[in-house]
Amino acid sequence: MIDLDDTDRSLLRALAGDGTLSAGELGRRFGLSQPAAWRRLRRLEEAGVIAGRRVVVDLSKLGFGVTVFLGVKLATKGRVSLEDFERAATAIPEVQVVQHVLGLFDYRLRVVARDLADFERVLRRRIMTLPGVGNLEANVLLTEERRPGPLGATETVVKG
Amino acid sequence: MQLDETDRRILRHLLAEPALPRADLAERAGVTPATLWRRIEKLRAGGVILAETAVIDWRRMGYEVEVSLRFTLEKSNPRALDEFIAAAREVPEVIGIETFLGRVDARLNVIARDMGHWTELYRARILALPHIAEVEALMLVSTIKDAGGLPI
Repeated sequence: MIDLDDTDRSLLRALAGDGTLSAGELGRRFGLSQPAAWRRLRRLEEAGVIAGRRVVVDLSKLGFGVTVFLGVKLATKGRVSLEDFERAATAIPEVQVVQHVLGLFDYRLRVVARDLADFERVLRRRIMTLPGVGNLEANVLLTEERRPGPLGATETVVKG
Repeated sequence: MQLDETDRRILRHLLAEPALPRADLAERAGVTPATLWRRIEKLRAGGVILAETAVIDWRRMGYEVEVSLRFTLEKSNPRALDEFIAAAREVPEVIGIETFLGRVDARLNVIARDMGHWTELYRARILALPHIAEVEALMLVSTIKDAGGLPI
């Protein structure tokens, strides 16, 4: 595990809001020279703390009016069926997130669709035909908000 | 705003590989870097692209536990959801807040250093949130897919 100081946490907080900030801009903001900021960014990337970048889009402006979270319980279990399910679920373009969980369900899926009729089509043709799928619970997403997490600030990073 | 085929192509590549350097992205999308820059600015100004953010791997920062908490709230109070969300924002370990139409009213994504920290957090901060009728926990085992890609 990597040791972080307050400056590292400030850099992460800034990047969690805008991942396109350059070392120069970050340096000016937090009183570091450009090379010093660059070295810190490099260290955070090498440690895997900065794991990549995410583009946040307004789904409704792209014609995706509905986002649904599905809880999926498998009817049959076993190592092979988990892998089959995961492979098939991952291949569905409308499925953005597949998470293996412990609890009431075995998997959580995030599904985008153009509207409820389109969602029903994806559900019937793609989801309900997944290998091993048993019980399903659907909840339609109304709002979502990403928080900065334990980085020492309380402002919202991205709402959308 | 109206999107044409070039916008869609740029978005498809950008969403599939968000960390790709802009020069490579331009090449994949078959446009010049200047066109790419102009199109992305247009998509930002039009509110299609809301943000480009860094993804933080909390496990690498020592947060080994991630739990999805699903809440049903008391229906008698019209302010229940707002007050619940305002209180949840005050908990630093809450990294995501979602609201739903369905059996679940709200979901919190919560991280903790280990099971001991989780237990402490759950008792002291989560169960203290206002207007909870029911709560269910799903413990994250692994994320198999988390892609921003869209069938556009």
